[in-house]
Amino acid sequence: MIELDGVGRTFTVRARTGRLRRDTRVVHAVRDLSFEVAAGEFVGYLGPNGAGKSTTIKMLTGILTPTSGRIQVAGLDPSRRRTTLARRIGVVFGQRTTLWWDLPLRDSFTLIRHLYKVDQKVHQSRLAELCEVLELGGFLDKPVRQLSLGQRMRGDIAAALLHDPPVLVLDEPTIGLDVVSKAAVRDFLRGLNAERGTTVLLTTHDLGDIERLCRRVMLIDHGSLAFDGTVEDLRATAPEGASIEEVVTRLYTRQAG
Amino acid sequence: MTRVYVLLVVTWIRAAAQYPVSMTLLTAGSFLVTGLDMAAIAVIFSHVGSLGGFTLPEVMFLYGASGMSFALADLLFGNVDRLGQHVKAGTFDAMLIRPVSPFVQIAVERFSFQRLGRVAQAATVLAIGLAHLHVPWQRLWMIPVMVVCGIVVFTAIWTIGSSIQFTLTDAGEVGHAFTYGGGQLTQYPLSVYGADLVRAVTFIVPLAFVNWQPGLYVLDRPDPLGLPYWLRFLAPAAALVLACVAALAWRSGLRRYRSTGS
Repeated sequence: MIELDGVGRTFTVRARTGRLRRDTRVVHAVRDLSFEVAAGEFVGYLGPNGAGKSTTIKMLTGILTPTSGRIQVAGLDPSRRRTTLARRIGVVFGQRTTLWWDLPLRDSFTLIRHLYKVDQKVHQSRLAELCEVLELGGFLDKPVRQLSLGQRMRGDIAAALLHDPPVLVLDEPTIGLDVVSKAAVRDFLRGLNAERGTTVLLTTHDLGDIERLCRRVMLIDHGSLAFDGTVEDLRATAPEGASIEEVVTRLYTRQAG
Repeated sequence: MTRVYVLLVVTWIRAAAQYPVSMTLLTAGSFLVTGLDMAAIAVIFSHVGSLGGFTLPEVMFLYGASGMSFALADLLFGNVDRLGQHVKAGTFDAMLIRPVSPFVQIAVERFSFQRLGRVAQAATVLAIGLAHLHVPWQRLWMIPVMVVCGIVVFTAIWTIGSSIQFTLTDAGEVGHAFTYGGGQLTQYPLSVYGADLVRAVTFIVPLAFVNWQPGLYVLDRPDPLGLPYWLRFLAPAAALVLACVAALAWRSGLRRYRSTGS
């Protein structure tokens, strides 16, 4: 469902070093990244801040064009076929809403129905289903700017799934959520993957997400893949009895050293 | 594309209509403030009989035609120059994950309905000018053509200006120099300016095709600079070329888009 082959992305950073002098530096946000995610998988994508997680997500969704390598998502090259891909993929950014700030949630959803050309009947039943599972009923008529973070995140997730995409990509979907909201989001994602077979890739700093949701974990550091395997494999990299926090800390610091 | 555009516009107007008083006042305010432009021209004519060789109704015609183009372009696509803000705030990412051209999305984001006030003002001036001019009906066809070409020219310049903002997020003002500047420039007959400037806005930034060259045809006047007669019919070609340049600039800007951190 998702294939990356030798993908790299560089950024040119200009730093002012004198009154007129500028230093140009090439930063490799992602280098020579290759992995595959099969249909129906639930993959956690881990990495310290600045490791290249978001850059990867943005390349998978077609927001950023890779500087090298090849990407296929749902059979399409994201940067070349971005608008076609948009119909086959759902995207959630935890840090930032993709909804319209001043519009009530309900209007946002109607707008999305038209943008994605979803049939009215299909939309109604899908929306009713999502409203029930994500408990959106209480705030459907509030403008997005008035929603709490937990409500907004559930609204964002619903918005990403209204067109029933086979792939869902989430960038830190549980960031800043309280334990109850977190549990609600996790339950929903698990059900989505189990019942509808949606392929899910999520980035997170919350290791609880990984433990409770992901069968497979990928760890990126300094722009390349440092670990790829099951949660059990991940645990096996550290001495017996270590908590998952300790396991991951070991991996992060080992890579940095 | 058009369907999505209309859909988004309706949604934004509905959102703005939740504050009807604000919407009405802003529209009326826009009508009045832009009316001051015309008042300035009227004051000039109270002292002189002609401006660059043109009478008051002729100047009103040129002003109204350019004003219509500018105001309609501003109403329909003017928000494109907010690209830099969207890039900085990271909201442009959200537009890229939708199955709709980000150009359309950004053009209608918070659709500024009040800009209709400016359209109304320009239309009024154009109508008054035409009422005093007795343009033969065989030449009237050029008026809608020039307004449409003008919309394309202004929109294209806006687009080029915002394409620069993909890499230089604060470059919005560069585009304004040509759009708002161009809007102001074409309010007067170009014959009041120096010959070099007129050549520049004819052959480099084709602002002369917004109202000047086709306007000379409608008014049936000789070109004060002696430029060839056929230039008067070139507005559609100039608009098309500029639109292609703008489309290329936008595409290349989009490929260079760097997004924000996180």
